Amino acid sequence: MLRRPATETQITHGGRLWLYVLGGLTLLFLILPSLLVIPLSFSDSRYLAFPPPGWSTRWYEAYFDAIEWRDATAMSFTAATLTMVISTALGTLAAYGMHTSQSRFTQLAYATFMLPLIIPGILIAIGIFLLYAHLGLNNTLTGIVLAHSVMAIPLVVILVASSFKSYDMNQEMVARSLGASRPWAFLTVTLPQIKTSVISAALLAFITSLDEVVISLFIAGGDKATLTRRMFNALRDEIDPTIAAISTLLILISVFLLGLTQLLQRSPSQQPTPGNEPSPRQSAKA
Amino acid sequence: MTTTSLADEVGRRDHAAWKAPNEAAYRRRERSETTVLAALAVPGLLLIGAIALTPIAWLFWLSFRSGSDFTFEHYERLLHPTYTLTLQTTFELSFLVTAICIALGYPLAYLISQVRPRLAGFLLLLVLFPVWTSLLVRCYAWLVLLQRRGVVNSWLQDMGLIDAPLRLMHNFTGTTIGMVHIMLPFMVLPLYATMRSLNRDYMRAAANLGASPVKAFWGVFVPLSFPGLFAGIIIVFVLCLGFYVTPALLGGGRVMMWSMQIERNVTYHSDWGAASALGVVLLAMTLAILWGVGRLIGFDRIVGGR
Repeated sequence: MLRRPATETQITHGGRLWLYVLGGLTLLFLILPSLLVIPLSFSDSRYLAFPPPGWSTRWYEAYFDAIEWRDATAMSFTAATLTMVISTALGTLAAYGMHTSQSRFTQLAYATFMLPLIIPGILIAIGIFLLYAHLGLNNTLTGIVLAHSVMAIPLVVILVASSFKSYDMNQEMVARSLGASRPWAFLTVTLPQIKTSVISAALLAFITSLDEVVISLFIAGGDKATLTRRMFNALRDEIDPTIAAISTLLILISVFLLGLTQLLQRSPSQQPTPGNEPSPRQSAKA
Repeated sequence: MTTTSLADEVGRRDHAAWKAPNEAAYRRRERSETTVLAALAVPGLLLIGAIALTPIAWLFWLSFRSGSDFTFEHYERLLHPTYTLTLQTTFELSFLVTAICIALGYPLAYLISQVRPRLAGFLLLLVLFPVWTSLLVRCYAWLVLLQRRGVVNSWLQDMGLIDAPLRLMHNFTGTTIGMVHIMLPFMVLPLYATMRSLNRDYMRAAANLGASPVKAFWGVFVPLSFPGLFAGIIIVFVLCLGFYVTPALLGGGRVMMWSMQIERNVTYHSDWGAASALGVVLLAMTLAILWGVGRLIGFDRIVGGR
């Protein structure tokens, strides 16, 4: 096996063993730290030793018993759900409009949609903080949802716009020539065929809001504090094992959502898009 | 586009009957339809304009104001050693993180591009997993791993490699490790996208013409992967420049990044003049890098990563 050629240039698998080892170690570096949090969350000790000296669920109890953690969780999920709805609707609408109209305005509009990804997060955060201070929107659900939507819309636009590239718009024309109105043709012919991308975009919007830190630090205070804001402040002060329990739950949500997008891509109706346009997601957080 | 061709088609068919009025009517309808469709982007644009862009224009204005006068004083203050030192740290950290990401990311992307598609899909999933995991969860994991009596130190001591625990967090080292962990996928993904799509026949041709595997790799494969490499470098570097969360947590206040100076001026001093000047400089640096590289290799490649 190790002697078989592995490349076009006849390097054997044995000859590039170092590559497999290096690649494997790098993957472990990427995966292992987050996974290590899971066993730690079941530790019975305050000190985060590994392996834990004993097992318990006390940190989960601490999480579920603390009203401020519960409130923050509810706040985060409410905001994420509303952000998902708003940004998916506005983003899909915009992507469709820009794809079908193809006016001079389109390119400029697309560039504008990308701005929240390009502008450093900290700058957007203090800008929104300043704006909301004058509008009285700081520490309100409305304010949080609008701010998170601004960060999520570009991702929705990217994902949905890329699905239009492989979609034959003539199908919609056929439907219209058979008497369907434009909105009806979109809803019954186009939307079912791009739904994979739209759902992926919605999930990405949800997790973008759920994980958003920098903007929330400024605009989500008081009783409207999000989970990430509370976590950030807790991490700055001390390394409380309750966070390990919360982290484990967040990891489960991430794995679930990532798995869902992968299952969607497997469905034959649409070409998988490897790479998943991941860059925007992070810049939203950076 | 398609609308036009359909209109033309119908227009041609009915040409004989009522050409002139019909054509004009179709043009009008097409124009109004294009307008309506373009308008679909307006709600999203309005939201982004109002919430994200207006305040930034406002900050730009504030950065030149002192009371009711026009001033450069906020920018002049940035020449103070506190800020130049911060700028130096920011660039040093960004360069270092980018370099490590290349060193680790290039071999990994190369490996994924070489294995069978099913395995590649699985490995890619492993690269995507951190991207979908909460940023704070990953910072927390590193805080736990790197603390004084943390996992890394106790393992190193158990193996007898060190006598006393190393200082791994709340300093430059911890920040670098944490940031590499966050940024690495953004190096690997565009690199992989480029490597997967490049034509392997060139490698066969190089081997056929007598190049050694090493020479074929450096002479053919690496140059062909440059678009992905550039994309990765730009994404990682620009994200590093404005990064806040990880340095704030893993740096423990000892590693001062540009973004943290912005946060400080707003939170502790309510000094909007200084904060906005810092913000404008950060934005200018980011845009200058994107613009410069965009001119070199084409902006679509950076944004799309292919």
